[in-house]
Amino acid sequence: MTFPYEDYLRNEKLPLLWCPGCGDGIVLKAIIRAIHKLGWKKDDIAMVSGIGCSGRTPGYVDFNTLHTTHGRPVSFATGIKMVRPDKHVIVVSGDGDATAIGGNHFIHACRRNIDINLIVINNSIYGMTGGQFSPTTPIGINTSTTPMGNIDPAFDIGQLAIAAGATFVGRQTVAKGLMLSKMMEEGFAHNGMTVIDVIANCHTQYGRRNKLGDPIKLIKFLQDKAVPLRKAEKMKPGELEGKFVTGVLHKVEREEYTDAYERLIKEAKGQGGK
Amino acid sequence: MSRKVRLLSGNEVVAEAAIAAGCRFYAGYPITPSSEVAAVMAKELPGVGGRFIQMEDEIASMGAIIGASLAGVKSITATSGPGFSLKQEHIGFACITEIPCVIVNVMRGGPSTGLPTAPSQSDVMQAMWGTHGDHPVIALCPSYLREIFTETVRSFNLSEKYRTPVILLLDEITGHMNGRVEFPDIEELEIIDRKKPTVPPDQYYPYDTSFGDVPPLANFFDEGYRYHVTGLNHDKTGFPTINPELIQADEERMLRKISDNLDDIIKYEEMNLDDADIALVAYGSTARSARAAMDEARAKGIKVGLFRPITLWPFPEKGLLKVAEKVHTIIVPEMNLGQMILEVERIVKERAILKGIHQVDSRPISPERILKKIEEVTK
Repeated sequence: MTFPYEDYLRNEKLPLLWCPGCGDGIVLKAIIRAIHKLGWKKDDIAMVSGIGCSGRTPGYVDFNTLHTTHGRPVSFATGIKMVRPDKHVIVVSGDGDATAIGGNHFIHACRRNIDINLIVINNSIYGMTGGQFSPTTPIGINTSTTPMGNIDPAFDIGQLAIAAGATFVGRQTVAKGLMLSKMMEEGFAHNGMTVIDVIANCHTQYGRRNKLGDPIKLIKFLQDKAVPLRKAEKMKPGELEGKFVTGVLHKVEREEYTDAYERLIKEAKGQGGK
Repeated sequence: MSRKVRLLSGNEVVAEAAIAAGCRFYAGYPITPSSEVAAVMAKELPGVGGRFIQMEDEIASMGAIIGASLAGVKSITATSGPGFSLKQEHIGFACITEIPCVIVNVMRGGPSTGLPTAPSQSDVMQAMWGTHGDHPVIALCPSYLREIFTETVRSFNLSEKYRTPVILLLDEITGHMNGRVEFPDIEELEIIDRKKPTVPPDQYYPYDTSFGDVPPLANFFDEGYRYHVTGLNHDKTGFPTINPELIQADEERMLRKISDNLDDIIKYEEMNLDDADIALVAYGSTARSARAAMDEARAKGIKVGLFRPITLWPFPEKGLLKVAEKVHTIIVPEMNLGQMILEVERIVKERAILKGIHQVDSRPISPERILKKIEEVTK
């Protein structure tokens, strides 16, 4: 059975502007599959993005879509969710967008535990602006602004989200599209801040500058570093050096922010007003 | 509601008026001297089913109100000096995407941290030109408590009517002055809501100019009206375009939606100008000193009048021109080193002698100082 992607896409906007072989298309498919499984109505979904390659995702989906400023989509999404807590809000961001220029919005949305579903397409580089290093670029990697190799230590987006208070945190690579989609399904259904760190390839910038070959080779290179959570739990910390853990890294229940605000409204109205 | 008359500060009046205008969302970040706006909103909004959020920074507050407005809820933020600088990026976003919202800037001394608890009027040019790119702006600047109420309501009305951010300029004095405020009858207030689409979803475009220079705006989640919004230059569908003709036409339309409606947007007050030899051009709290100076000068037999712009942007050019034809001297007192006087100069040209009083020493401009200048030019 072919999957009805076209029911969710603005088909007249195809083909995608991303480079052939880009992981962003895999993420787009995964999001649509998750939404389809959940049975969400298109009218009820807002998809918000920032700037960069990831920022172009909402343009392709037939939802209420908002392409905002660099790093700030979570702030717009917060406003939308606050006034329409009954609706579904998805943010598609990148590693630079979410954790450099948008780092403050990222951690505070996690802290509030507002029901926003944040997908970070993490390719460890600024693709659109010409291949500069990002907060998730590993040490030693060549980029257009680290010509002698990167000396900036990298963020672990999953750990950052957990420490900041997100209540659903997962990580998967674009090599595992169906598993990624299943994780999104679980994360989207979760009532609270969801962060999914999607390890993605940018062969055009990252791959080319580091002799990591074509998209398939680069995706394989990334997948080889992935260690599923169950396996990682049995490994010693040293053995995980240079690798990353995939799976649902964190899932807890804590009062969601707009639910908490709803309590305030009931309380205020219950007092008989002024 | 048994609160027709209350003792309030200017900042508190802003909050009360915003709720009266139908505002149901506030996002902000703590900053002096605008704090009372947030405090009242935090207290009052839940009771009317509205929502308040203190965001992590100024930029986020601005993003949140744009998001909330797009979802159909009238929204406001309040800030001061440094916060106003930070908000500029998203004010530009609201300009190009044409999403209504109201930004209150309670002006304080600057640049940078400057004088957090002292008045200033040094953001009047930033209100117009703060964000990058060409863009229309409406900025209102009330002087009296009752007027803060009506101008706050008008900020929302103009914002909804013209699909544009509106900047409401107070300063530390107008924001913190306490007084008896007689509330207008809420039921009799004119409240304007954004024009909604009259066409079915499949014929709807968020920037469709066939309905005029201000296209109807569907709310996010309105059944069937799914559309795209971007900060990139876009065509009528809301999607990015690099078509030079479309970009030029759209940027011109955005300016035109303001410039074609000056009579509706511009408001100013004239006092004693009919026989005046000297005109004071003053706005905000400085207009209060100017009015006192005018009264004292009149008592001394000097024919002084007052031209008080309430709409600062677009500037009341036509009104000022008429004044410039009549008087021999125009005095512009303002709490900055010469900002609005540049706009006055552009309009007045050689028609009258122009004198400025520019004080940035943390103190308000006193009526005595203005009177002294009046007497100087009378000699």
